[in-house]
Amino acid sequence: MRAVFISSDNIVSPLGLTSAENFKNLRAAVTGIRKHDRSDMSEQPFYAALFDERSGFSDTKNKNGFTRFEQLLQASIENALNSGQVKPTDPRTIFILSSTKGNISLLETGADSKEIAEAVSLQHSAKKIADHFQFINKPVVISNACISGLMAMIIGMRFIQSGKYDHAVIAGADVISKFILSGFQSFQAVSNEPCKPFDASRTGINLGEAAGTIILSADKNNSAGVKICGGSVSNDANHISGPSRTGAELFQAINKAMQDAGLTAADIDFISAHGTATVYNDEMESKAINLAGMQDVPVNSLKGYYGHTLGAAGLIEAIACIHSLRENVVLPTVGFGELGVPMPLNVCSSLQEKPLKNCLKTASGFGGCNAAVVLSKDEK
Amino acid sequence: MSKEYYITSSCTISNNSIHKNGVLLFEEKGKELNNFLISAYKNMGLNYPKFYKMDNLSRLGWLGTELLLKDSFNKDSYRPEETGIVLSNRNSSFDTDTRYFETTRAIPSPALFVYTLPNIVIGEISIRHNFKGEHAFFIFEDFDAAFIQEYVEGLLNNSILEACICGWVEVLGNEYKAFLLLVEKKGSMAFTTENIHKIYYQNNG
Repeated sequence: MRAVFISSDNIVSPLGLTSAENFKNLRAAVTGIRKHDRSDMSEQPFYAALFDERSGFSDTKNKNGFTRFEQLLQASIENALNSGQVKPTDPRTIFILSSTKGNISLLETGADSKEIAEAVSLQHSAKKIADHFQFINKPVVISNACISGLMAMIIGMRFIQSGKYDHAVIAGADVISKFILSGFQSFQAVSNEPCKPFDASRTGINLGEAAGTIILSADKNNSAGVKICGGSVSNDANHISGPSRTGAELFQAINKAMQDAGLTAADIDFISAHGTATVYNDEMESKAINLAGMQDVPVNSLKGYYGHTLGAAGLIEAIACIHSLRENVVLPTVGFGELGVPMPLNVCSSLQEKPLKNCLKTASGFGGCNAAVVLSKDEK
Repeated sequence: MSKEYYITSSCTISNNSIHKNGVLLFEEKGKELNNFLISAYKNMGLNYPKFYKMDNLSRLGWLGTELLLKDSFNKDSYRPEETGIVLSNRNSSFDTDTRYFETTRAIPSPALFVYTLPNIVIGEISIRHNFKGEHAFFIFEDFDAAFIQEYVEGLLNNSILEACICGWVEVLGNEYKAFLLLVEKKGSMAFTTENIHKIYYQNNG
């Protein structure tokens, strides 16, 4: 099977408009989470990582016919394409979009619902973006809850491995609106303080908005130093809104991704977990990581920086992994103090500098879905 | 090194009728989707109380899968992780999104919010049948038989799956369609784009 190289990437988030800017802030443990008092979104103040006015992405008005969600995607893809190696106009390039709710905030404008249904449909956004960048192939859109971003990477990897395409531009985004915030609040899932992944006193998630882009290529000349070597998806078959009680199914995805990559637990230098800071998610992950025999491997969660960015989460967190591998640093878990999960974990709480070769990225979501991806340094 | 895979069962729910393998199983014209699905569920002698908690998209996909597999699928020949689900539609969960959004004017409903993701129907089917394999929910403008055929074939070729339920499950108001196929490694009707099209248009009632 062909190797799949990461050619370039971008994160557009409250922590910056390029991957480099984001990673600089991640290294310095700068968080994008703030307290917001926004009556348009919630009666109570809430903590979240949202775009402010300086970012240029806080205005809900359309720009050049693009909604805020689409503007984020456009900015992220444009920056990632700047490296110039992979061309959208190449018939061997596929565009894959991941999002959970896309333009759902348009419901709040209250116009005619047939028109809104069209504007909210993710293929509608994908086609606008594809036309803008002149992608030749019809875009592939994935919407699979909070694993959407990792799933899009796995699908892109398989397209290249099988020879169907040579390059894949994978972009994901979600923006936070009353629709999404009220839903998580109705589940009592939103913390009333900055989130604390894996911590004994964690009380839930913070939401966040971001876009991310990863460009994959079969051509080693396009490699920026990291490969995607394996990936797998599983289902808990247990509950639609609660994770597995055993972690066996996330472990199943981890195990298959590791087999795919031809690696064992001892080869993994760090894990970037989903770590949403809900009681049950973090419990489940601690069990899965123990089943995988990786309880001593440094593990982090980036939710304390970005909040939960839904369909972008897997992508932007995988991009942070790519830069961690390249710069040989494991990022700290902002918000973590004292371990509070049933099984032992080696949670990374301060910046660790050491030679890194392979890492594991995981995600889980509503509908009982789990995904795992293995990333490795591409030795020249 | 493409191997041969087979469509071992098909189920279509559209226009208030249900066809399995081309044979009409149930029909009740003039009913709204919600009532039609409940009526079909009762008429088919199914017993799964969670059905009543589901939104229309999940009911449609769940019911279609139930009939797709009934008398056609030997669960014991597969491990849980060997069966997967690959579904697609046009409007994601928009039908339930609007219903949920209405509740935010008073008390937001967590019971509806959980259905505001298209892959929840995959979760419901997985829970019912203990399927733990690979799955994915794609959004397309229209049913893309060639894409689904190629993607599912890839999962089977690489032994990521041994059996797969795939197709299209779409609901927007009273416009809906479920088109589901069971694909396995032994059978008689080849899993080709041409055969998928043939079944798709045959029961497009």
